[in-house]
Amino acid sequence: MKWSEFFVTGEPLIYAADVAIVLTIIGIVFVLTYFKKWKWLWNEWLTTVDHKKIGVMYIICAVLMLFRGGVDALLMRAQLTAPNMKFLDAQHYNEIFTTHGTIMILFMAMPFIIGLMNIVVPLQIGARDVAFPYLNALSFWLFFFGAMLFNISFVIGGSPDAGWTAYFPLAGNEFSHGVGNNYYAVALQISGIGTLMTGINFLVTILKMRAPGMTLMRMPMFTWTILITCVLIIFAFPVLTVALALMTFDRLFDTQFFTMANGGMSMLWANLFWIWGHPEVYIVILPAFGIFSEVVSTFAQKRLFGYKAMVGSIVGIAFLSFIVWVHHFFTMGAGPAVNSAFSITTMAIAIPTGVKIFNWLFTLRKGKIRFTTAMLWSLAFIPNFVIGGVTGVMLAMAAADYQYHNSYFLIAHFHYVLIAGTVFACFAGLHYWYPKMFGHILNERLGKWTFWLFMIGFNICFFPMYFLGLMGMTRRMYTYSAGLGWTPLNVVATVGAVLMGIGFIVLCYNIYYSARYGERDMTGDPWNGRTLEWATASPPVHYNFPVTPVVEDVDAYWVMKKKYGGFHVKEEDLKPIHMPSNSGRPFWMSVAFFVAGFGLVFKWFALAIVGALFIVIGLILRSFEDDDGYHIPVDEIKRMERAARKGA
Amino acid sequence: MIEQFVTNVLLIYELLRVLVSNIFNFDMVENKQRNIGWKTPWISGTDKGGYRAMKQAIWRVMLALPFLLLLGGCVERTAVLNPQGPVARMQYDLIMWSVGFMLFIIVVVFTLFAVFLIRYREKPENAGYEPPDEEGNTLLEVVWTAIPILIVAALAVPTVKATFALEKPPTENVKPITIHVTAANWKWIFSYPEENIETVNYVHIPAGVPVKFKLTSVGPMNSFWVPELGGQKYAMDGMETELILQADKPGSYMGRSANFSGEKFAHMEFEVVAQTGTDFRKWINEVKQTAPKLDEEKYTQILKPGLVGRMTFSNTHLQWIDHAKQNSHHGDGKPMKNDDQHDETMTNGHHHGE
Amino acid sequence: MPLEYRTQESRLNILGFWIFLGAEVALFATLFATYLVLFQRTGSGPTAAELFEVKDVLIETLLLLTSSFTCGLAIFEMRRGRMSGLIAWLLVTLLLGVGFITVEIREFIHYVHEGATMQTSAFLSSFFVLVGTHGAHVSVGIGWMILIIIQLLQRGFTPKTARKVFIVSLYWHFLDVVWIFIFTLVYLLGMVI
Repeated sequence: MKWSEFFVTGEPLIYAADVAIVLTIIGIVFVLTYFKKWKWLWNEWLTTVDHKKIGVMYIICAVLMLFRGGVDALLMRAQLTAPNMKFLDAQHYNEIFTTHGTIMILFMAMPFIIGLMNIVVPLQIGARDVAFPYLNALSFWLFFFGAMLFNISFVIGGSPDAGWTAYFPLAGNEFSHGVGNNYYAVALQISGIGTLMTGINFLVTILKMRAPGMTLMRMPMFTWTILITCVLIIFAFPVLTVALALMTFDRLFDTQFFTMANGGMSMLWANLFWIWGHPEVYIVILPAFGIFSEVVSTFAQKRLFGYKAMVGSIVGIAFLSFIVWVHHFFTMGAGPAVNSAFSITTMAIAIPTGVKIFNWLFTLRKGKIRFTTAMLWSLAFIPNFVIGGVTGVMLAMAAADYQYHNSYFLIAHFHYVLIAGTVFACFAGLHYWYPKMFGHILNERLGKWTFWLFMIGFNICFFPMYFLGLMGMTRRMYTYSAGLGWTPLNVVATVGAVLMGIGFIVLCYNIYYSARYGERDMTGDPWNGRTLEWATASPPVHYNFPVTPVVEDVDAYWVMKKKYGGFHVKEEDLKPIHMPSNSGRPFWMSVAFFVAGFGLVFKWFALAIVGALFIVIGLILRSFEDDDGYHIPVDEIKRMERAARKGA
Repeated sequence: MIEQFVTNVLLIYELLRVLVSNIFNFDMVENKQRNIGWKTPWISGTDKGGYRAMKQAIWRVMLALPFLLLLGGCVERTAVLNPQGPVARMQYDLIMWSVGFMLFIIVVVFTLFAVFLIRYREKPENAGYEPPDEEGNTLLEVVWTAIPILIVAALAVPTVKATFALEKPPTENVKPITIHVTAANWKWIFSYPEENIETVNYVHIPAGVPVKFKLTSVGPMNSFWVPELGGQKYAMDGMETELILQADKPGSYMGRSANFSGEKFAHMEFEVVAQTGTDFRKWINEVKQTAPKLDEEKYTQILKPGLVGRMTFSNTHLQWIDHAKQNSHHGDGKPMKNDDQHDETMTNGHHHGE
Repeated sequence: MPLEYRTQESRLNILGFWIFLGAEVALFATLFATYLVLFQRTGSGPTAAELFEVKDVLIETLLLLTSSFTCGLAIFEMRRGRMSGLIAWLLVTLLLGVGFITVEIREFIHYVHEGATMQTSAFLSSFFVLVGTHGAHVSVGIGWMILIIIQLLQRGFTPKTARKVFIVSLYWHFLDVVWIFIFTLVYLLGMVI
């Protein structure tokens, strides 16, 4: 392989990116060395098995990926502002929209949600950590190195360019030579394994580690959504594992799964991908619903309306999400009977979703609504998501979908549900749980600027796209002709995108500003919260609770405050706490996965085998692991509790 | 068009401003001190100016939002919103039917949303108010489950009807014509098997006659879409799908590929020219007499990845190859010779509609 | 209460593994679905009827099913607290597994010699990947059992080692069930239909 094929050459922007990457690496190494923080980095972050720290790492990655995905979006919008623009040529545009989609869903939305899940769920159920802390660390590092592998594609070897859906035959060897789609197959596989492990981990955690008195029907709604999401993960991700494996075999070993000859069937890829793909979007939206339930209830200062109906609707949505996948390709010729059946199942999903919307509205009713930033994000979700949702019902009508399919109408729909659903929830959750993560609060004023800029920009960007779709504009077009009349709405959309970008910049400034000047959260309960995570310090001591709380009702902490004035711990009740030990193995095993993956991408099988060997060694060492953790003595607990409460 | 849009928005804003400030006595303009936050000195109300002004602005826009949906008039009525044939019209009617219900849902949700936010917000006047500990209301749950079920049913019935109806020609007493369509990187090849002519990147059809397009592809999946005449269907290698379209009257209709198929996919536009019966037959005869013949070599050239512009031929490629049959060709479109393939493969090329 | 259920950690691990098996069911279900969609698409290559031989399949089935039985015997010995019995039956299980893999590898090599590789047709691609994935799982199980036997010899009976034996036995039985589906849906279906 020539150097010019290995490194992406001939592009000034790519060269600039190369320089930026090298400088950043040098910068990080320099800072760590100068402040003598290598040991700290290793002991506190790279080897941690603490769910809170793992969650923070997930979220940092998600925000960085939001930046990259957002830049991709701005580049696309720049290219589409006017007809026949030469800002990006077709090949680059195709690579950019592919990376935009893949990054936003798999490396931004998923880690953000999983990060919040990690930080919050054990605290909400009154547990000390998750069921399998080591596995949790492995999940994160697998995600991280899978994302790393995907991210370097644009400077080494070339990005995938067949869309985030990577349909065959286009994504096969014949029409996508080069390593781009190999990166797609391998990197997503590695991250996917991490996600599957998270699903198993949190399912066991929620089922088995709840505090005494917390029956399933007394759990916080966010925890409920995570429970159901884990079931979705466990049944959906293996399908992706197989699909990506078959893609890898087709691309690397010339098998005939999705080829055009010798019995291959390209439609099979579309089916397998979407059998995973549809539950996947519910995996990112159900936790969002959970976040909104928490935030709305807290800032309306009223318990969640219709708890049982909310649980029932989540279960209904999760079940239905497995039987709707054909709606992603009504136009692939499945025949009227199949299309009709899936039309009906798809429309049916709107029913439990609507139930949830009304329950949130009635939570607000007779409440006392406080407009904090987290609440603004959650409130804006309701009207915006409903717009996305009703257009979803329109798309579900197969005969009509023959006109909407793959047009900008579709793009507008899924951005409305994904952004107003998942992204708004992530921002709401970030603001809401920020004090629990870092001990200080994000500035409200900057937060509100971010909100208004982003939310208005989002509507200005995506609302016109409904009409562009109806005017015949297809998705994934790198340019369009002048006489079609699409230009004005495209200009409007670009303006909206710029506003969203500015909003994001303000958020970044907010994070920096609040780290320096932000108000510290001294009580651990800055919002007068209702659930158990607010019964801990901000940030919590690493064992979370000195004594496992006893739960008496839904909104456990609210009840504690009403009846006992808070969560009081008697020093006589303290016992030594067992904690898991840190481990460096998740980190270096994931490096091994990266090496093996890199080898597969370039078909350097020797390298792949070396990586695989280290993975096996890691597994063997883990099998012989004798370290059962350590105990924190009672004196130490007393000392840490007093220190945590010092400022209160 | 933008001026229309802006004028409409301003008009609606004025209407709403009057409406809202009268009904709810909610003065959006005055700067009142608000006491937000619970014993939280860090949630300051000191961010006047920017925040307050923007909040007012967005109240206006948010309240106007449902009405923006009705601003269909300022969007050019083209493509999907300008049906030029019975198929497109059936789909358009279905779309409009659904828009009605969706608007109803939006109005209900947005109204409840606005009312609850305005009435139940925390203000100095209700500082002592403690929200009730409501668990829920079973009757409400039943109501807001049942009504959406009814709406879904109201949408599902015409959808299923239309989905089945689209499989048959829209006009029953007119004999349909058949045109084979082959998508290839990055062009559209139209073959008329009965008339024995072939065109590239444009197609003539008789107006008022149902046209059965038999779709296939060489290579990546494409999607045959002429929005003014009807919805789309995928064109896939080794398979044949059927799409029935019909133009009401003579005219020119834009078509494009609606499924991403690689680098120059955005350029896969084609023109559908509908003509009267007489003009159509005249055109066919003209082509038969004047157009050059297509041979395998030229055809292979055409299939090479790239853009070729318009071409016309007085025979079709179907005589030596049919891409709808699996294993009939290699990936680049070159026909597979008989000894390359197992006899059983012919059964693998199957029609769709199963 | 059996030894493997006596600590909180062990109970969590066992539940976690059951759930992992649920995910494996989804994985194999997908592979089976792929196979069933593709198995008649033989291109220019051989069909299942032309390729599969009853003898090999029967031997493989006998070996694997017996190994599942001996695995059960091993757990029986563990419940009785007899270390030697446990290790002996685990070794037998393992050896039967090795036998299974040997026959299967020879079966695959035979097909390749006949010109039926995984590149030949969609049927063969999906056959090799489905049956191969099962075989790879069995191989991992064999390696895993070896590691556990070593740990049993080093550390004797503890809740931890008991749990490991129990979990690997769950894994082994699961693979046996998958094999029954393979036998039915791949070999029987291919040879009879």
